[in-house]
Amino acid sequence: MSDCRRQWNREDELPVYLAKPISAGPNQRHKSHGMFSSVEGAYDSKTIDFDQYAVGRKGNRSSRSSSRERVVDGDFEAYEISGGTISSPGERDDGRQVTCRYSKECKMSRFMLIQVGENLIVPGGVKVIEANGCKVIPGGIDVNTCLHKPYLGTPPVDDFYQGTKAALAGGTTMIIDHVTPQPGDSLLEAFEKWQEAADKKSCCDYSLHVDIPHWHEGVKEELEQLVQEKGMNSFQVYMAYKGLFQMTDSQLYEAFSFLKELGAVVLVHAENGDLIAQEQSKILGMGITGPEGHPLSRPEELEAEAVFRAITLGNRVNCPVYITKVMSKSAADTVTNARKKGSVVFGEPITASLATDGSHYWSKNWAKAAAYVTSPPLSPDPTTPDHLHSLLACGDLQVVGSGHCAYSTSQKAIGKDNFTLIPEGTNGVEERMGFVWDKAVAMGKMDENQFVAVTSTNAAKIFNLYPRKGRIAVGSDADIVIWDPDKIKTITTKAQQSALEYNIFEGMECRGGPVYVVSQGRIVFEEGKLQVQQGTGRFISRKPFPDIAYQRIKYRNKQGVSRGMYDGPVYDIPATPKYITPAPSAKTSPTTHQPPPIRNLHQSNFSLSGAQIDDNIPRRSGHRIVAPPGGRSNITSLG
Amino acid sequence: MSFQGKKNNPRVTSDKLIIKGGKIVNDDQSFYADIYIEDGTIKQIGENLIVPTGVKTVDAYGHIVIPGGIDVNTCLQAPHLGMTPADDFYHGTRAALAGGTTMIIDHAVPEPGASLLAAYDQWRDTADKRSCCDYSLHIDITRWHDGLFEELESLVKDKGVNSFLIFMAYKDKYQSSDTQIYEMFSAMRELGAIAQVHAENGDIIEEEQNKLLDLGITGPEGHVLSHPEEVETEAVYRAITIAKQANCPLYITKVMSKAAADVIAKARKKGMVIYGEPIAAGLGADGSHYWSKDWAKAAAFVMSPPLSPDTSTPDYLSSLLSCGDLQLTASAHCTFTTAQKAVGKDNFTLIPEGTNGIEERMSIVWDKAVATGKMDENDFVAVTSTNAAKIFNLYPRKGRIAVGSDADIVIWNTKETKVFSAKSHNLTVEVNIFEGMECRGYPVVVISQGRIVLEDGKLNVTEGSGRFIPRKAYPDFVFKRIKARGRMADARGVPRGNYDGPVHDVISMTKSVPATPTTRGPSCPGKTPVGPGRNLHQSGFTLSGTQMDDHIPRRTAQKIVAPPGGRSNITSLS
Repeated sequence: MSDCRRQWNREDELPVYLAKPISAGPNQRHKSHGMFSSVEGAYDSKTIDFDQYAVGRKGNRSSRSSSRERVVDGDFEAYEISGGTISSPGERDDGRQVTCRYSKECKMSRFMLIQVGENLIVPGGVKVIEANGCKVIPGGIDVNTCLHKPYLGTPPVDDFYQGTKAALAGGTTMIIDHVTPQPGDSLLEAFEKWQEAADKKSCCDYSLHVDIPHWHEGVKEELEQLVQEKGMNSFQVYMAYKGLFQMTDSQLYEAFSFLKELGAVVLVHAENGDLIAQEQSKILGMGITGPEGHPLSRPEELEAEAVFRAITLGNRVNCPVYITKVMSKSAADTVTNARKKGSVVFGEPITASLATDGSHYWSKNWAKAAAYVTSPPLSPDPTTPDHLHSLLACGDLQVVGSGHCAYSTSQKAIGKDNFTLIPEGTNGVEERMGFVWDKAVAMGKMDENQFVAVTSTNAAKIFNLYPRKGRIAVGSDADIVIWDPDKIKTITTKAQQSALEYNIFEGMECRGGPVYVVSQGRIVFEEGKLQVQQGTGRFISRKPFPDIAYQRIKYRNKQGVSRGMYDGPVYDIPATPKYITPAPSAKTSPTTHQPPPIRNLHQSNFSLSGAQIDDNIPRRSGHRIVAPPGGRSNITSLG
Repeated sequence: MSFQGKKNNPRVTSDKLIIKGGKIVNDDQSFYADIYIEDGTIKQIGENLIVPTGVKTVDAYGHIVIPGGIDVNTCLQAPHLGMTPADDFYHGTRAALAGGTTMIIDHAVPEPGASLLAAYDQWRDTADKRSCCDYSLHIDITRWHDGLFEELESLVKDKGVNSFLIFMAYKDKYQSSDTQIYEMFSAMRELGAIAQVHAENGDIIEEEQNKLLDLGITGPEGHVLSHPEEVETEAVYRAITIAKQANCPLYITKVMSKAAADVIAKARKKGMVIYGEPIAAGLGADGSHYWSKDWAKAAAFVMSPPLSPDTSTPDYLSSLLSCGDLQLTASAHCTFTTAQKAVGKDNFTLIPEGTNGIEERMSIVWDKAVATGKMDENDFVAVTSTNAAKIFNLYPRKGRIAVGSDADIVIWNTKETKVFSAKSHNLTVEVNIFEGMECRGYPVVVISQGRIVLEDGKLNVTEGSGRFIPRKAYPDFVFKRIKARGRMADARGVPRGNYDGPVHDVISMTKSVPATPTTRGPSCPGKTPVGPGRNLHQSGFTLSGTQMDDHIPRRTAQKIVAPPGGRSNITSLS
């Protein structure tokens, strides 16, 4: 990140974000006062000290938020936030919301926002939080966590308690976790298992995605039940993990079609599993067993290819597609190009891909290298995080997840002699919002409204939680974060909430962080101190057919073409074609029923028997011709 | 044009010929010279040649003299649902010669599971008897299994075949999975053969076909609706990805859409060794005809991938051909009579696929690209003949006018026009998809193996005179770069000390969660399917007894097994 900052020093050059392809996005905001003025307050309280950004001087920044005063009184049940800027996307149009920094106050009760306005009249005994100079934003929504996904029977070290604690400490007030049943398991049972674990342990509101490990007819019923009775609207399918979760294109097509009917969002883990399996055995055969084998066996192209294929499938089925974990530039570009062509596709970069790169896989420290192992892997290209931020800023990528799935070093060490056995997953639930602010907003790539959109609002819209979550409005849940844009924090394992002993962001400095976090109307994080309670998190059910994904889908449908019946001669094909034994290819779905290739011949309504009235008409070829009664009509005349 | 006399006057021409006054056009240069031909090869090139008396003189004044065309994609014998194509090796090669093409490479299509060698023998047998011009064969791999490698090897080493076609479409019939494609690519790189790919996503196509049939769409327009451009583009993209991984050169047959051509052009810019082949139909017609009210006409256009309904496609493809992003043209000639096509009159999926084009190919390229000023005459020779000869290792025997090359020569009229029509063409089918099209440029004299086969509008071919041309492996044009990359691309591991920190004890944990891993095999997501605990047994430490670092507290409550010797610095977390 210091590299990028250094660019500011050279005034004759364009800033990096101008040189990047962020300018063509459909959602790009028009900025009326030049590049920097729209990011209100981004520089108000800081002087850009160019010396600080010079080579070798990194890390000398002092915290500027220490002198701020806060008045906190009143009871716990209801309190008031005053003096902050409320950032919420969509309110950009009137302009005032952004420029009036001291005018908004809001009051909330136990769970719900009651009033938002200026000079609120509130009952006595209300706790007042002074948000002076800070932003008041909707709590973050992290749509991709795996807090209960077992690896070889052992759970990750961050369970629902540890994980949601870390989430709250980072300003995230809701998570959507992945239910990962094994092939053959019942989806419903797995869902209930996860729900039970989360109800006991979760400290913030949560919802669940269900991963479909294996596609077969029986799954359909369960899916229907999950959508209609359990409040689920998102399911993940895999294009990777050959021999385990991977689905063939036919199965994907069926799954897409079925999920579209249900109005669910299809999440796709996009990597070409067939090729990965080949590459893995090749690389193991070369004697490479360390973590560097992981990115070597999963090159960027395989991710981009699968993204491309998933989008093609989505277009054919006319179904929205959500790509989880966009890790490489080429995959992100594929999503961008598809969006430009009108596909309904969403892309989700994760904390790790936004803040670090894959060069660490080659670290001499095995434990460090293994900590970065996740799929798709981090791209070794160091310009990747910048590029992904640019696309996020212009709206080509929409949501930031974390992909948080924490395994301890000893768990990772199961794969010490074989990189394919290293459990996959990195941390990021706590650092997610901070890095987006640091790398996008503080850099001037993104404004604060877009920040709220990518960390919270878009996720709420795609997964149909809006406007209950993802917005500060009367009637919305009181999940609110008071965000200090100038707070500077160094990420270390010691200071983190996660139980992990290795943080992949170790030592990185991050500007911007939460001062207060309000979850369900209660202050859970206050100036560095967490006050959470296990089991307070509620399961938030979600309805199908989210508008942002499905409105366009509903308008796109296909129509046929009409023509007179062909009534000319028909070649008499031999009764049983010898060579076409329908051979099931390896891509065959066991569930598709396979019609024999000549199936429809018997359904045609003409007869081969007897002489026909046009038998005497000579033909150019020597084949036997059977013509229907009535002879040739004009419809087949040539010319 | 009318042609009489099929077999009644064989070898009227002498073995010795001199072509005078023409402008010789090769892919790299054009010059004026005379050509002396003897015994089927070019013996001398130059001015004022000294030749024996009694040599027949061919006058080429005002015309250009070009190497005979090479059509690298024909199906003159591949059956469909038991129907053999209407144009077999005799009719097909006769039409080829009439259009200025003096060599074809035909696809031998064995039935899935059958021996490739047997198919090769069968095709050789028929072609040797029937073909009127030199030919060679591609073998289609209709079903891949490990035992096939030996057959490929013997085909490459003993039979002179260096190219194989792989199908990504035709589900449950010819289609191969990504894994199989990767294996085939690896095999072909090893053997030095060209991997050709029919690029369409067969899985999606089948689903779309069922959907359309359910909607009640049964006519030929269903064909193009069920084979949308995207499906072709996706498969091209995937084929490129796989080829890149396998470090194998790639040849895409039948590039039919703009998007697919773009993907190829982009991959070339990134350094891939990839070749794209547009065909006569794609360059001369578009897919709007699928919606023709005349069923027979609409059905005549049915082929896979289909012609793009986008009417700007032919122009776009000829532009890419001109700038080198696409490299060669073929015809994919595979014709069925209207009656044969009508097998699918109630169901478009049964319509046998294939269009004509073997006769029209060279004229279409001239008319669309050279006459419009997109490419010059040298490029024309390159895309119709020389590049094909280079890619398939026929060069310089074919594809060039030079001393020692085969005397396959065409004298090309660049000025006058000719109209294509089913009435005048040399094919047996009743419909010509280029009906009524007027093309500038056509052959006036065609010389094949040193004999004049077309002169004064009269074809004079001999059935069975075509020779099989064997092709060697590792064409330089294709494999030079691949070889260099193979040497450079070796990935290297990181030399690290052995990890000797704590390792999570999988075995004891699986006991506590009995349901998960043991019954269903590998539960590690997406890893190579090995037993879950396999590698633990290979590590040299024991689980028994207390360890010397047992007293060190851990952050997690799980049981930790550490090797004797405890933790070393290499794993310390900084």
